[in-house]
Amino acid sequence: MAASKTRSSSFSRHISVLPTPQIPGIKYGPNGTIFVSSGIPDLDRILGGGFPLGSLVMVMEDIEAPHHMLLLRNFMSQGLVHNQPLLYGSPSREPRAFLGTLPTPVLSKDDKSRDHETEQEKGLRIAWQYRKYFGEHQQNFEGQRDGKPEYCNEFDLQKPLERHYISSQNIDCISLQGSTNLSSFRDRCSTFLAQLPRYDGNITCAGRIAIQSLYTPQCEYSNMEWEMLSFLRSLKNMVRSSNVVAVITFPPSLVSPSFSKRWQHLADTLLSVRAIPDEDKELANLLTGYQDMVGLLSVHKVTQCNTQVPVFLEATTFSIKLKKRRSLVLECLNQAPIDGSSGSSYATSGSCSGSSKTGKLDF
Amino acid sequence: MSRVWHVQPCWDDANKPFTLATQNLTPSRLKAMDRSPNLLDQALGLHDGESTRSARVVLIEDCVETSAAFVLHHLIKRSLSPLSSAAVIFVAFSQPFSHYDRILRKMGCNLVALRDNKRFTFLDMLTLECPGENQPAFLCSLSDEDAGKICKGGVLELYGKIQKSVEVSLLPGGSRSITILIDDIFLMEVAAKGSSSHVLDFLHYCRTLTTEFGCSLVVLNHEDIYSSVERPTLILQMEYIAEVIIKAEPLATGFARDVHGQLTVINKGNSDRLSLQNKMCSFHFRVRGNSVEYFYPGSRT
Repeated sequence: MAASKTRSSSFSRHISVLPTPQIPGIKYGPNGTIFVSSGIPDLDRILGGGFPLGSLVMVMEDIEAPHHMLLLRNFMSQGLVHNQPLLYGSPSREPRAFLGTLPTPVLSKDDKSRDHETEQEKGLRIAWQYRKYFGEHQQNFEGQRDGKPEYCNEFDLQKPLERHYISSQNIDCISLQGSTNLSSFRDRCSTFLAQLPRYDGNITCAGRIAIQSLYTPQCEYSNMEWEMLSFLRSLKNMVRSSNVVAVITFPPSLVSPSFSKRWQHLADTLLSVRAIPDEDKELANLLTGYQDMVGLLSVHKVTQCNTQVPVFLEATTFSIKLKKRRSLVLECLNQAPIDGSSGSSYATSGSCSGSSKTGKLDF
Repeated sequence: MSRVWHVQPCWDDANKPFTLATQNLTPSRLKAMDRSPNLLDQALGLHDGESTRSARVVLIEDCVETSAAFVLHHLIKRSLSPLSSAAVIFVAFSQPFSHYDRILRKMGCNLVALRDNKRFTFLDMLTLECPGENQPAFLCSLSDEDAGKICKGGVLELYGKIQKSVEVSLLPGGSRSITILIDDIFLMEVAAKGSSSHVLDFLHYCRTLTTEFGCSLVVLNHEDIYSSVERPTLILQMEYIAEVIIKAEPLATGFARDVHGQLTVINKGNSDRLSLQNKMCSFHFRVRGNSVEYFYPGSRT
């Protein structure tokens, strides 16, 4: 039969049997993928576990608003909390200064109260005497809470991350400003990735690469579109053979439409963020909880690793909200009830209704 | 954007129209479908097990929202079925061997064993840089013309590899049919630093293989890249040389949980057979881990 290294059977073991990994911040998914958290619990849930190791995640920016920074900050913070190596590339002159703006994880005391809330927000009416069972189940689900760090934290955007995380040795910052050649950046990436090679089934550590606003005018990469694509392609190939997730944000409106499409084809997971205008009366009437929204997040593509089955989500557009002005929450869009008729809501999904407690109809 | 109701009736060889009723898929029918040819095979003209030669050049087009990689998987599986002796040469630009191995294993096809049997050749081009990677410093000092020559060299080298593997996998009698699959022309264009003329040259070379050795060539590219370009030479020429064009699109009506998209197959027919009318079929599909279901719109309850 075939070589002894590869399994020759067409049956693969069901994933839930696999033991939970010893390393914090790593979760096994289907088809041999390994996830790390995006730093936003809701985004992890939407993507089916998080960002798979070895994938290239691209975020299309809204050039009028810095919403992509929310995703990037949480992604970086989550990695630092789990003590994962980080490579950060940025068009600013002092990229290390950005680390001071990373959010800190919410303490576990707050966490308990959060659990309580989400439970109520589920929209299920549960008689009070059964609540205790519900809580128990949830604790099981969330898994090893005590002692070990969790897979995914909730972050408080108002408080900066503690210094000892930031001053750790394994953070590498690169300023992309003024460099006209991508090859030095590529070399930095490859030396970073060389620390984290992929061995099948044996992970020692996972790493993260965060690149902010690639292809902005500051980088002086304009009219280097093919070089940029070739850089992305080689980065993608390097990332694929290592235990690293790369998140890149880019402004699609600065490149020509056909190049923007090419970028999108290179991404394994493709997200886009959009700000919502303050005084959009029409939209305000259409959606519930419009006042709390800060922006919209769309999921265009989800990584298909080792499988041909595409991931189809319940909804592709989610609203970004700040809970208590602190932590990021993603919710499905809920169409506001129009007077008289309540039906024909496309984007609703039951689990996320009830988010507004301001006396809207409760389905 | 073509819409779901553009369906034309698809005629099979006996000139008998399929009625939609025959496509009513009960679970037992579905099982039977696994063995019987599906809509895609019928549209490609592969359904009759006779020696009718398959199309020489097949172009698969997809877009960001809907990937058509499953068509490639299907064609690999079909050509490597235990009943035939055909060989496959796979030029991979987008995914590594482990990815394809895992998917094809689920579909019941062991690529490792077939590779050992010399029926499956995998050319890993993930890191191909057409100006060879070993001389980047030397390249910087070159003029555009010289760089272009080197780029061409990289493409030629790849062609040489393909030609060699074709010659290796040919049986002495030359009776074996060989399929060359290229999984992403777009990435090849990136590797060639955007010089689409080199890519086109390469494709024309590969096309000569189809006439010389009777191979067939299957190529995947993304259609939406070129939608905003005024005169997209690459895709237009590819569409011109293709005998069969398979387009994968998302549903025009939006997302549905049990319909993953729509396939349109345009079969221009080969030039030896006199057929004045293109055969065009379109149907919906749903991708599963081990198979893909094809069905006409509205034929599923």
